[in-house]
Amino acid sequence: MSESILKVEQISLAFGGVKALTDISFEVPKGSVFSIIGPNGAGKTSMLNCISGRYSPNAGNIYFNNQNVTKLRPNDRADLGMGRTFQNLALFGHMSVLDNIMVGRHHLLKNNWLTGPLYWASNAQKEELAHRKYVEEVIDFLEISHIRKAVAGTLSYGLRKRVELARAMALKPQLILLDEPMAGMNLEEKEDMARYILDLNEEFGITVVMIEHDMGVVMDISHKVMVLDFGKKLIAGLPDEVMADPHVKRAYLGIEDETAETEVEIKEAS
Amino acid sequence: MSSLTMRPCGDFRTSYKQDNTIFETKTIRWVAILSIIALCFAPLIVDGYFITLLIQISYLGIAALGLNILVGYTGQISLGHGAFFGFGAFASAWLSTSLQIPVFLSIPLAGFFTMGVGMMFGMPAARIKGLYLAIATLAAQFIIEDFFARADWFSGGSAGSMAEPLTLFGFAFDTDQSFYYVALFALVFMFIWGCNLMRSRDGRAFIAVRDHYLSAEIMGVSLNKYRLLSFGISSFYAGIGGALYAHYLGYVSAEGFTIFMSIQFLAMIIIGGLGSIKGTLMGVIFMVFLPEALEGIVGIMKMTDWGNIPMVVDGLAYIKEMAIGLVIIGFLIFEPEGLSHRWTQIKNYWKFYPFAY
Repeated sequence: MSESILKVEQISLAFGGVKALTDISFEVPKGSVFSIIGPNGAGKTSMLNCISGRYSPNAGNIYFNNQNVTKLRPNDRADLGMGRTFQNLALFGHMSVLDNIMVGRHHLLKNNWLTGPLYWASNAQKEELAHRKYVEEVIDFLEISHIRKAVAGTLSYGLRKRVELARAMALKPQLILLDEPMAGMNLEEKEDMARYILDLNEEFGITVVMIEHDMGVVMDISHKVMVLDFGKKLIAGLPDEVMADPHVKRAYLGIEDETAETEVEIKEAS
Repeated sequence: MSSLTMRPCGDFRTSYKQDNTIFETKTIRWVAILSIIALCFAPLIVDGYFITLLIQISYLGIAALGLNILVGYTGQISLGHGAFFGFGAFASAWLSTSLQIPVFLSIPLAGFFTMGVGMMFGMPAARIKGLYLAIATLAAQFIIEDFFARADWFSGGSAGSMAEPLTLFGFAFDTDQSFYYVALFALVFMFIWGCNLMRSRDGRAFIAVRDHYLSAEIMGVSLNKYRLLSFGISSFYAGIGGALYAHYLGYVSAEGFTIFMSIQFLAMIIIGGLGSIKGTLMGVIFMVFLPEALEGIVGIMKMTDWGNIPMVVDGLAYIKEMAIGLVIIGFLIFEPEGLSHRWTQIKNYWKFYPFAY
C-alpha cells in the first residue's frame, strides 16, 4: 500500500470566474479504496473528470503510475488502465448489455475495420470469442448473467449501474473511478454494490477512487477519505481521522449544535 | 448482433461461437442461404426488366449500407453520399480506361479512392455534429459535382466517360444476365462484410460513439478516429456501389449524382430502418419497387374510364412523383423506425399469438 498509483499535484480548475478546484494535491496508494466526499458543488466530480481526462485542469499535474497523464486524451488514459463510471448513467442505450461490456475490451482487441469483417479468415472470430470469455467472467462476478442479452436502455436503474461497473471492469483497469456508485439505490442494492467494490478491490486488485454520499458505506469500506469543500481540500486521511475533524463536521457531516445525540453517535461509531 | 427477440424453444447454445452468429437462428440462416441460391436462378425465370431492377437494388443497396453505417450506426449525417457514389463510378471508369487497370481490380480500387476522398471531406465530422455537419457534407456534394463537370481528364467533363465491361478470365460480363451475378456477389459480399463489421471491435465502437460519445471516449474509443473512419467506410461502400453502376451501364455522366440522389439514399435508410443492416436492404427494395408499383397502378388507371380524362392523363407522371413523396412522409409519421422494426413487430406478433406478451 505504500506505492501510489495516482498522484495529483496542485490541480486547479476554473470555469470562468468559478473556481471549481483550487490547488488540490493527493496521492492514492496502490490497491486501496479511496473516497472523495464533500457537499454538493464541492468539486468532487470535477476532480474525477480531471483524472479521467474530460476536463483539462488549468494548472497542476496528474501522474498515473509515475507517468504524467495531464495532457492525455481520455481514450489514451483508458489504454493505460483507467476505467470509470458516471454519476448519470452513461450506457450505450441501444446496445445489448453484452455489447456494452465488450466495448470495454476495445483497447485490448486488435481486430480493425479490415480484419474484423474478414471474421472467419482473419483472427477476429477467435479474438472476439476469447474476449467474450473474459467478459463472461465479469458478468458472472457482478451477477448480471440473466440480463446479458437485454438492451441496456431497458434496464432498471440499479442494474444499469451494475452494467456500467461491469463495462469499466472489462477494461481491465488498474484504477477505477466510481462516481456515486450507490446513488439512488435501495439498501439491498447498496449492500451488493459495496460487496462488489470490496471484491473488485481485493480479488481483482483494482484500486478504487470513488465519490459517495452514503457516509456509512464510505467510512466502512474506504482505506482513505478525502474531503472537498468549495473546491478546496479540507483533509485527507483515515476514515476515523476524517470523522473526527471539526472542519469536516462543520462543512459536511453536520455542525456541533445540531443535536447532541448525533455527536455521541459519531463518537461511538468512531 | 444480439437482440431482444425471443428464440424458439429448444434452441440451446452451448458455445460463445453459437451465440455470436450473424443470424439469430439456424432457420433464418438457411432461409437466407436458400434465398441467395434461389436468386442465382432468377435470370432463368424472370424477364430482363426485372433483372435490371435487381441489379439496381444491388449497387444502390451497397451504397445505402455505407450510408447506414455512417448515419444509422455512427450517428453522423451526410448529404454528400450521391457525390461519393458518383466519384466511385468515375474513379473506376478512369482507372480502367486511362490506366488500363483490369476492371475487377479497379472496382475495389475505386472504393479505396472514394474512401480517401470521403475521409478528406469527413475531416470536419470529427469536430462538428448534426445540422452543421449536414451543411459541411452538402458542401462536399457540390464541390465534387463541380469537380466532375470541370475535371475533363478524370470524368470526361460534360461528355461523360466510358466504362469498360467487367471481364474475368476472358469472359465479359456485358449482358444484364451475366452482370447480375457480379452484382449479386458484390451485394452478398458487402453485406456480410457489414454484418461482420458490426459484430467486431470497430462496429461496436461506432455504435458506442453514436449512443454516448463521452463514455465511449472514456472506454478507450478515439472519437476523432472513429468518426473519420466511419466516413471512410461509408464512402468506401458508396465507391464500390458507384463502380458497379459504372461498369454495368458502361457509361458515366455527371448529371445523375446530384443532391437528389443523396437524399434518395437517406430516404432508403430511413424507410428501411436506421442502424439495421437488413433494414437497409428492405429500404432499397422498397424504393426501387415503389416507382414500378406506382407505374403499374397508373397503367391500370389508364385502362379505366379515368384514363380518358385529359387532366388525369397529363398529370399521371406528376401523381407518381407525388405518391413517392407521400409514401416517405407516411413512413416518417407512422413507422419512423423503419421497415425492419415493423418486420420485428410482425414476427413477434405471430410468435406470441394469441397472447400479446
